[in-house]
Amino acid sequence: MENLNLILPEIFISLSIMFLLILGVFKNDSSKITFNLSLFAILITTIITINETFSVTRETLFNESVVIDSMSSLMKIITLIGGFIVLVISSTYLKTFKIYNIEYPVLILSSILGMMVMISSNDLIVFYMGLELQSLALYVLATYNRDQLKSSEAGLKYFVLSALSSGLLLYGCSLVYGFSGSTNFDIISNQLNSEEYVLTFGIVFILVGLAFKISAVPFHMWAPDVYEGSPTTVTLFFTIVPKVAALTVFIRFLYVPFLNLIDQWQMIIVFLSIASMVFGAVAAIGQTNIKRLIAYSSIGHIGYTLAGLATASNEGIQSSIIYISIYVVMNLALFSCLLMLRRKDQYYEDIDDLSGLSKNHPLLSLCLLLILFSLAGIPPLAGFFAKFYVFKAVLEQSMYFLAIVGLLSTVVAAFYYLRIIKIMYFDKEKDKYDTDHSLWLKFSLTVSTILILLYFIFPSQLVEVVSRINII
Amino acid sequence: MNFPILSSLILLPIVGALFLFFTKDKEGNNLTAKYVALFTTVVNFLISIYLWISFDQSTSSFQFVEDRTWIEGFINYKVGVDGISILFIILTTFITPLCIISVNNSVKNRLRDFLIAILIMESFMIGVFCALDLVVFYLFFEAGLIPMFLIIGIWGGARRVYSAFKFFLYTLLGSVLMLVAIISIYWITGTTDVVQLYDIGIDVKYQNLLWLAFFSSFAVKTPMWPVHTWLPDAHVEAPTAGSVLLAAILLKMAGYGFIRFSLGLFPVASEVFTPLIYTLSVIAIIFTSLIALMQEDMKKLIAYSSVAHMGFVTLGIFTLQQQGIEGSIIQMISHGLVSAALFLTVGVVYDRMHSRLISTYGGLVSVIPKYSILFMLFALASLGLPGTSGFIGEFLILMGAFKDNFLVAVIASIGVILGAAYMLWLYKRVVFGKLINEDLKKILDLNRSEYFILSCLAAPILFFGFYPDPLIKTIEVSVTDLINMHNTNIASK
Repeated sequence: MENLNLILPEIFISLSIMFLLILGVFKNDSSKITFNLSLFAILITTIITINETFSVTRETLFNESVVIDSMSSLMKIITLIGGFIVLVISSTYLKTFKIYNIEYPVLILSSILGMMVMISSNDLIVFYMGLELQSLALYVLATYNRDQLKSSEAGLKYFVLSALSSGLLLYGCSLVYGFSGSTNFDIISNQLNSEEYVLTFGIVFILVGLAFKISAVPFHMWAPDVYEGSPTTVTLFFTIVPKVAALTVFIRFLYVPFLNLIDQWQMIIVFLSIASMVFGAVAAIGQTNIKRLIAYSSIGHIGYTLAGLATASNEGIQSSIIYISIYVVMNLALFSCLLMLRRKDQYYEDIDDLSGLSKNHPLLSLCLLLILFSLAGIPPLAGFFAKFYVFKAVLEQSMYFLAIVGLLSTVVAAFYYLRIIKIMYFDKEKDKYDTDHSLWLKFSLTVSTILILLYFIFPSQLVEVVSRINII
Repeated sequence: MNFPILSSLILLPIVGALFLFFTKDKEGNNLTAKYVALFTTVVNFLISIYLWISFDQSTSSFQFVEDRTWIEGFINYKVGVDGISILFIILTTFITPLCIISVNNSVKNRLRDFLIAILIMESFMIGVFCALDLVVFYLFFEAGLIPMFLIIGIWGGARRVYSAFKFFLYTLLGSVLMLVAIISIYWITGTTDVVQLYDIGIDVKYQNLLWLAFFSSFAVKTPMWPVHTWLPDAHVEAPTAGSVLLAAILLKMAGYGFIRFSLGLFPVASEVFTPLIYTLSVIAIIFTSLIALMQEDMKKLIAYSSVAHMGFVTLGIFTLQQQGIEGSIIQMISHGLVSAALFLTVGVVYDRMHSRLISTYGGLVSVIPKYSILFMLFALASLGLPGTSGFIGEFLILMGAFKDNFLVAVIASIGVILGAAYMLWLYKRVVFGKLINEDLKKILDLNRSEYFILSCLAAPILFFGFYPDPLIKTIEVSVTDLINMHNTNIASK
């Protein structure tokens, strides 16, 4: 008998989804209660995850197709917390656009479920199932504000391109299966014969599919349009949660079945990393819409995360995970600020709307200032440490070119972050924004900003948690 | 462990800033905020004086050391002072309160925020000078960019945005390479602790590249020719207090870095690259002095003169002679006082006339005599007249240079003449001559606070000019040991 306790979080969250759907169908005006119950469900799932799996070093289930280890539990917790905060700060925004419906929390829960399956997957089929579950939910979420043209366009674009990438991914999976005779990661790793060049095609196809999901250059084209068009809260979800899940799969995929083929894929990852860092930094300069800018900046940040992966060392993987965790916190903080730019039921998302913010809203702009400097990687804020760990791992492998290009592109990236700060602090003020924000929004902004600001006092804690992750 | 005096020096301004942060901001002249900031910085100054008194001058080992684990098995928060760094700490704590007294003339809006920025800046700068771990040093070194960027950008002049961006991006670009070098040092030697690194030494084959990476950061910050162009812009646009901090203390971080890290960690590479430094320093001295001659804007002129003076400093450091290095340190301290004073004197007339152009002025001596006398003292100190602290530094540097390389010393001496030329010409055009501009007739002489600030700066300039012994005694043992360590390292390689 399998130890089902280990996948209790997934079981619980699927039951909650079904229950919430039924509740939504049979009860009138149930949006508020579904929201609250789904928050509750995520909370309980988080607790179960911590209780049941956090101390597990490595266990496998169902003929080794699902793996529970310290990486999967940590990433699940990040995903759940991210999802929780997205959900909790969404309500005012959704109410403003009159799309405060039961589907929203259910879709978020289903995509979280998909991601949890992805994170734990140790088998190509399981991985693909999780991926599709989360993607389908995300397509709908992107078009969630269906009365707006941009939102529908975003959803359609995302659907078409994502389906294409899923196709590539599947083709890659079938090639790998053909040459190794199994879909299980562990078995593949034993069966692999690095002489087979067609196998490299399989890996490349899978990598392309995954790179699309985390929007690494050159598979990033969808990101700016989708980020801009989707409702802001969904954009927030896009920028953090799926990336955590896709990164986990990336790590598992590269380091479990294909570790022996490192010569084949290392250059690809280095290329993806450098291209994303440089392109993300350069392309963001000309943007006028904050959400588009965040899209490019998140492309850049993914580049840094991949730099850690390219090192093929445990330190590299750990540094990538530290990077993505700090990135999640920074993005939550950034979007909390963005959601506060509301005036008379209208949300503002152009960079120029921030003009002179520091005069009318000194605290908000101070928070934004810290967040932006942190994203730019200026010490002593958390963003610096994220980059620091990554480059520490990169330099351990003597990959000087990658490190120098990466650090130089932080200088370019600093330019566009500084531009926002300039607009906030040096330019003329505009009208005031509303200040009656929900308590949760204020809470999420305050907590994440404090984490960013004071991370340097206790930097060891995160390192300690992450250092339990040993994949190789 | 004793009382953590260095950490309290670093933390006190931050506590003051936090306190200010929670007080209510008032429009106009916010006296409460000013008194709080002043109180904090004066206490900090007193602590640093106590530090100097209880400092043991007979040893070159680091004192008041605090060593705490920060990131397990990787970085320790380690601070400490030796004879070289203690003077910079005192310079910092001395200049900052003067800046705060001077703000009511130059900063009109958001005074509280300005004071918070200055206090945070002070704390980071003290951190730079006492950090004994490369990562801790880098952290403070880079963190200083944030408050300075805001000081230039929010309270600066007309082209402030351009200048703030230029300042930030130039220095960041220089520093990222240093970060690569620091991490590489960790992987090569297994530690980033400076004291341990002095003992272990770094393999010769890595030294050149690492030295260049550190150099890229320090050269921008010094600033050395040809990456000096951010400095005039930043100086001209920054508010007076910002220019003072920038000239008096920020530029010294790089000079200090050269002594502490480039010389200490990479002795072989320092020998190898001495010709490079000599060339750049000599070009900086001659070239920027000539540029300074042609300036129409007073602040720009002083900014270029700073580049020339820092040229002397880098020259002195890399003579690798006792006199040269001591001279450089004294020159940095003296330049900290003199350039601060010069920017404040320019600030005085700027606040009254709102013009920095030399052509606006002329004949000031007949209307504001007190001002003219103090200005003369600072101008003479800047060109290195005997009896002022500027002389001691320049003289020692040239002495060291003559010992090491005759040609370089001769060319650098020409720079001294040029320095006299631009300073005296500036003084002549501003203070002497006919009073043509009618508006100048109504100009007021120094008020009490300005008089106080400028006298505070004049006193140490004259005192150390006649009696530099306290300075030299403090640094002597540390510099001797640094050079001995350098020579043994060279001999053993």
